[in-house]
Amino acid sequence: MAKITVDTQNCKGCLLCVAACPRGLIKKDERLNKKGFNPVKCVDAAQCSGCCLCAVICPDCCIEVYKENT
Amino acid sequence: MEKIYSRPRSLRENPTHYCPGCGHGIAHKLVAQVVDELDIREKVIAIAPVGCAVIAYDYWDFDCSEAAHGRALAVATAIKRLRPENVVFTYQGDGDLAAIGTNETIHAANRGENLTVIFINNAVYGMTGGQMAPTTLLGQKTATTPRGRVAQEGLPLKISELLAGLGGVKYVERVSMHAPAEVLKAKRALTQAFQNQIDGVGFSLVEILSPCPTYWGKSPQKSAEWIRDVMIKEFPLGRIK
Repeated sequence: MAKITVDTQNCKGCLLCVAACPRGLIKKDERLNKKGFNPVKCVDAAQCSGCCLCAVICPDCCIEVYKENT
Repeated sequence: MEKIYSRPRSLRENPTHYCPGCGHGIAHKLVAQVVDELDIREKVIAIAPVGCAVIAYDYWDFDCSEAAHGRALAVATAIKRLRPENVVFTYQGDGDLAAIGTNETIHAANRGENLTVIFINNAVYGMTGGQMAPTTLLGQKTATTPRGRVAQEGLPLKISELLAGLGGVKYVERVSMHAPAEVLKAKRALTQAFQNQIDGVGFSLVEILSPCPTYWGKSPQKSAEWIRDVMIKEFPLGRIK
């Protein structure tokens, strides 16, 4: 079990995380944030493996990754 | 659930002024992570450049100084000589380190100053409006080379290879940020460059190929692909010295 959280107000919608996610779980949110960008969202949290690749490539530190301690 | 990835302590909460997809944000984060992991936050002194990263001191939560354009390594030399117990690094772009500051860069390297240099190469002047930089590729369109750079305007300046030929330089590696795996390699290179200074090895430089989507006229993803498919051919990755 893993999940990500996205700081949608500071996300600039560069979408680098969308390309980085090996399972294609991150998509552009059609709603705009206060800065006028389309932030990203995780569309299928149940599939997230907690690989952190989206967070590694995020230039704005908007993604936090959580993983079940096994 | 346990948090396994979040903002490093040495990176402030401030949102950055960088454009969407800019490599500076990733590079700032990597530096902050390395500083945290080496536990040198109370000892490190950064020298911010002139260029897009000019207010890097607003983003890093450790001591920083500012230098005149291109003079970061001269300022770093003074600070390191006066405070040898501190870990001093410069963070410079290609307009700063490879154009106006070439003189300071070459001489600091040749003196073998025990410094860490982070060289952000995005092949363009970002802050001033996307003009040609010494590192601009042949054929690359910029504000001052609207039909693409030609050889008469100089070939792309390979600072890492140039400096690797100097005796005072101990470590040079070129890394990229076009994919998560490359970002992790860049972090290892930065760790090595900081560790070298702590161990007294000497002048260490990490060149980071960094995307500038705004002045490349590409989306962030296309910029990453351009680094992978075009830029790396001119600036090959790996350990140079």
